[in-house]
Amino acid sequence: MTAGLVAPSPTPWRQAWSRFARRWPAVLGLGAVLLIVLAALLAPAIAPHDPLAMPDPVGLRAAPPSWPHLLGTDAFSRDMLSRLLYGARVSLAVGIASALIAVLLGGAVGFAAGLGSPAVDALLMRGVDVALALPRVFILLAALALWDDVPLGAIILLIALTGWFGVSRLVRSHVRRLAAEPWAAATTALGGGRRRMMRHLLPHVAATIIVSATLDIGNIILLEAGLSFLGLGLGPPTPTWGNMILEGRDLLFTAPWVALTPGLALTVTVIAFNLVGDGLRDALDPRAVARSAAGGVA
Amino acid sequence: MSGPLLEIRDLRITFHTAEGSARAVDGVDLDVRVGETVGLVGESGCGKSVMALAVLRLVEPDGIVGSGSSVRLEGRDLLALPAKELRAVRGNHIAIVFQEPASALNPVLTIGDQIAEAVTTHEKVSRREAWERAVEMLALVGIPDAAERAHGYPHQLSGGMRQRVLIAMALVCRPRLLIADEPTTALDVTIQAEILVLLAELQRRLGMAVLLITHNLGIVAEATQRVYVMYAGQLVEEAPNVALFAHPVHPYTEGLLAAVPRLDRKRDRLAQIPGQVPPATAWPPGCRFHPRCPYAWDRCRTEMPPLLEAGPEQKARCWLVQEPERRHQGTEGDGSP
Repeated sequence: MTAGLVAPSPTPWRQAWSRFARRWPAVLGLGAVLLIVLAALLAPAIAPHDPLAMPDPVGLRAAPPSWPHLLGTDAFSRDMLSRLLYGARVSLAVGIASALIAVLLGGAVGFAAGLGSPAVDALLMRGVDVALALPRVFILLAALALWDDVPLGAIILLIALTGWFGVSRLVRSHVRRLAAEPWAAATTALGGGRRRMMRHLLPHVAATIIVSATLDIGNIILLEAGLSFLGLGLGPPTPTWGNMILEGRDLLFTAPWVALTPGLALTVTVIAFNLVGDGLRDALDPRAVARSAAGGVA
Repeated sequence: MSGPLLEIRDLRITFHTAEGSARAVDGVDLDVRVGETVGLVGESGCGKSVMALAVLRLVEPDGIVGSGSSVRLEGRDLLALPAKELRAVRGNHIAIVFQEPASALNPVLTIGDQIAEAVTTHEKVSRREAWERAVEMLALVGIPDAAERAHGYPHQLSGGMRQRVLIAMALVCRPRLLIADEPTTALDVTIQAEILVLLAELQRRLGMAVLLITHNLGIVAEATQRVYVMYAGQLVEEAPNVALFAHPVHPYTEGLLAAVPRLDRKRDRLAQIPGQVPPATAWPPGCRFHPRCPYAWDRCRTEMPPLLEAGPEQKARCWLVQEPERRHQGTEGDGSP
């Protein structure tokens, strides 16, 4: 036994995790997210049927849930459950990849503006102001309309390129505030350059970035589904939740499960990511915990 | 080197504020010789901290350094150095210990990490070696269980321990000059003494010079060889330690010494210097101390005295040096404005 004066302390990340784990909505969200991700990854193994196969376009047309089609079939007799699982792959790929790229891009620009000279800062931030004034959906519609058959990479990139402005602002203001702290000045006083400063600031800003990325995933998944619903995402026959809802729209009253299952999946996924995002925000910002504990009646 | 280690000449720093230009430091000459401890004393707002920052060019771009100013370290003008060479000086040749140990450490990095970083900034050593140096330095500044504590975070340390960590961080590269800006102000009196003893011991062991910035005359008396007294952006007196306390020349120094509580003299109230430091945007004409000076006469209100030789190695910015008889005529002049 060592008789240390202080107990070996958990790292800040460990403490954040224990705060996260204490909140049931966050844990529930995380569980759901993990389940959905797992299902998407394992889709080829667990999907009961080929998502593109049309076994009996007449007899099985929009059949209600039953064995062996647990969630029924769509208008072309394709197995809904299999399509749902494969559709999850698209949604998650777009959501996670786009959010990641957007956050890296926004983080980089935010750091550049926050640590740069006033001229650099002004240039970048006025640029971001202009970009934020442009309607994102219209830009995406216009850009995606250029393709007949949109590749997945293009969708990811386009969504990322139009989605980093908010993060950059957040990071920039955070960096500015932190750079005024005495310990940041001390870093400079000891001979540190911009790279040292980055190293000192990153752990602080990481929380902002992680939370914003997680909350962004939900939004992007919705956005991608919306574009798909408008016929501008991955084209048929590739299943995406958006185009599945689109195909189910005409059958809404005769075979509601065709539109409702992907709709429900979408809702659950977005809520799950948002729960995780909220949980992370509370866990990574100790002051938020104190605030909600103090005035947490609502 | 025969010249001083640090040679500040005609240092002027101006801040442009909404209330006008503030000449926070206004023509200061100051030397620190190799291995010596120099005190820089003055009230809050007299410009002493700004000076400390200016030596490492940390006031820019908010503060504008005058074109005729120079800060030479072993003959090299720091004010003319390009950014990269300046970074090589910061922390390596000159290090600063700030006055707020609570906020001068990054709360999310371990203390060992932050000290090791100071090493890797300036020397080509492996991370492991830097870490070992950090632990060594922590032990040197008197942190118990240094190897273990190096993995801890700043919030797990007391104020005094944090100040020790900051000192370790400043000294790990063995700088020639340490600037300690109110190193003990935020600490308890007993801890203050410990830190001062530590600084003196480290100075002896590492052979560095120290510029000790403080408003605490007790610390100055104890720790320094020479003292500069600053008032309203200017030096008003410079003297060897003993001479300053034995026979202060400038009325401001006199007032500061009279205001120190002493156990050997009974007194109902502490003496104080009437009035307060004027704002840096509007220094009074003539001698800047005249509105608060008990001896001030006409000449003081119109003519700014230069630093006048008042004894061996002692200089004071006061006309009393030329007209010493006025001191004994007492306070016939109006002391208050």
